[in-house]
Amino acid sequence: MGSIQLKDVRKAFGAVNVINGVSLDISDGEFAVFVGPSGCGKSTLLRLIAGLEDVTSGQVVIDSKDMTNVGPSQRGLAMVFQSYALYPHMSVRGNIAFALKMAGQKADVIEQKVRKAAATLNLTDYLDRKPRQLSGGQRQRVAIGRAIVREPKAFLFDEPLSNLDAALRVQMRVEIGELHEALKTTMVYVTHDQVEAMTMANKIVVLDRGSVAQVGSPLELYNKPNGLFVAGFIGSPTMNLIKGPSAAKRGAATIGIRPEHSDMSTTAGEWPAKVRLAEHLGSDTFVHADADGIGPLTLRLEGEASLKPGQTIYVTPREAHLHRFDKEGVRIA
Amino acid sequence: MAMKKSVGQRAGVTILAWVVAFVIFFPILWTFLTSFKSELDAIAMPPKFLFFHWTLENYLEVQARSNYLRFASNSIILSIGANIVGLIIAVPAAWSMAFAPSKWTKDLLMWMLSTKMMPAVGVLVPIYLLARDLHLLDNLIGIGLVLLLINLPLLIWMLYTYFKEIPVDILEAARMDGASLLNEIVYVLTPMAVPGIASTMLLAIILSWNEAFWTLNLTTSQAAPLTQFIASFSAPEGFFWAKLSAASTLAIAPILILGWFSQKQLVRGLTFGAVK
Repeated sequence: MGSIQLKDVRKAFGAVNVINGVSLDISDGEFAVFVGPSGCGKSTLLRLIAGLEDVTSGQVVIDSKDMTNVGPSQRGLAMVFQSYALYPHMSVRGNIAFALKMAGQKADVIEQKVRKAAATLNLTDYLDRKPRQLSGGQRQRVAIGRAIVREPKAFLFDEPLSNLDAALRVQMRVEIGELHEALKTTMVYVTHDQVEAMTMANKIVVLDRGSVAQVGSPLELYNKPNGLFVAGFIGSPTMNLIKGPSAAKRGAATIGIRPEHSDMSTTAGEWPAKVRLAEHLGSDTFVHADADGIGPLTLRLEGEASLKPGQTIYVTPREAHLHRFDKEGVRIA
Repeated sequence: MAMKKSVGQRAGVTILAWVVAFVIFFPILWTFLTSFKSELDAIAMPPKFLFFHWTLENYLEVQARSNYLRFASNSIILSIGANIVGLIIAVPAAWSMAFAPSKWTKDLLMWMLSTKMMPAVGVLVPIYLLARDLHLLDNLIGIGLVLLLINLPLLIWMLYTYFKEIPVDILEAARMDGASLLNEIVYVLTPMAVPGIASTMLLAIILSWNEAFWTLNLTTSQAAPLTQFIASFSAPEGFFWAKLSAASTLAIAPILILGWFSQKQLVRGLTFGAVK
């Protein structure tokens, strides 16, 4: 069991409000991802759940029990830190076993659980090594091993992959996803990388300046962003946001169209534009262009498109995929 | 950073370093040599450097006149005992200042340091009267307490700078792993800080060992450490340089050996925090 509820949680450091009244339900077994630009309060929110920071007001409820004033060691949660935070003076075995020792478990039970966790994470050959003798990916695995061995109510991940190189990041992302499938334990994951958020989450919580901007499944956020902030944050490359006559014509202050939701022609279309740069990824081509009276546009074309800088193209958005926003930046249904 | 220096420059710097080191070391060397001279050779003019009649008679006489081992054991008990108790107080204090600072932490640290700025003689009379009324004159506990209080600010300051360098994430990880505050300090913080704690202890032991003002004023015989042993040879009859030197050599030998073997830690301790 591992449901987490936040009830109007606020956090201020001195006079600075970092979290402004967040209410949130994470149900048992869910993979929730907190995402947002740096400084949006996502790590602070995770630390409030962990108990590493005290809330200024509001309630943190874990498994229907009010844990607001309970210390981190008593909350039954496990955390994986960005810096791994392994105990440098202990072997891999010592690191993984530490929580079990603290819980006063018997030596043979500890050894058995450590072996099981090490086997799950391909660490069996490294049990007697010190953290400094491991690579970044292995250290990350030890940090995860330290978390899973305790069978916690929920896992908290604080940007766990941001110190790894790109290839390893993709691999670990898959491993964490598989771990969630295998354990079915609640996971709360903080990242600034919206690709990680989209690929891993059941539920994404987009945070903006200490408040929840939107909560939903990855596809809900992709298909129906509730405002300009989420529209601009979710999706890569980012959504084209267009003001002016084109928006007014469609009864909105701003319209949004994702790069993959426009048609391009070299002969005719709604928005004439000049190609600035074409990025060839093989599977796709990203076209950066400047449209007259609209500004920069990004297009994502399937496959290879041979376009040259300076060439004129015509862009037509697909009406079914248009997002409309009012003057305040709120989605028009 | 890599500045190329010519061979001449490097040789110059090396020679200068040796000269400075020799000048600093010279009094100890001279004391050591004098301890093997006869009293007459010791005051000879011009001074005799190496060519004199080497003798052990000073050592024999010093040992005959007073019990070196009792002074030495008092020194060991005081310098190690006072600082172990100091460490037990200083580790939690430094923990709280480094990892759970309040808005007064900086002021508290400065205040502790400020106690080191006052000349010791300024509080001699009150401390002496207190020790007398509490029956702590010439008492190991009494002088130990004073040594503890003298070194406590230094212990806390040095440990504080060490602890500041330990990533707080690791302590938080221990908390998430279910460690109580005590377990966090015992199993995670302290082992990680062992080099820092060792060099802090070493420095504090050396300072306690050499502390003369309070040991000379608050002890006479029962609790007297080696400083008192040396002082007893600059006695009313006048100075006997050779015997005084033999006593001094005996008094500093243990700490010199300890310092020699642990100089690596000590250098790290003394320069800690100076360069990040």
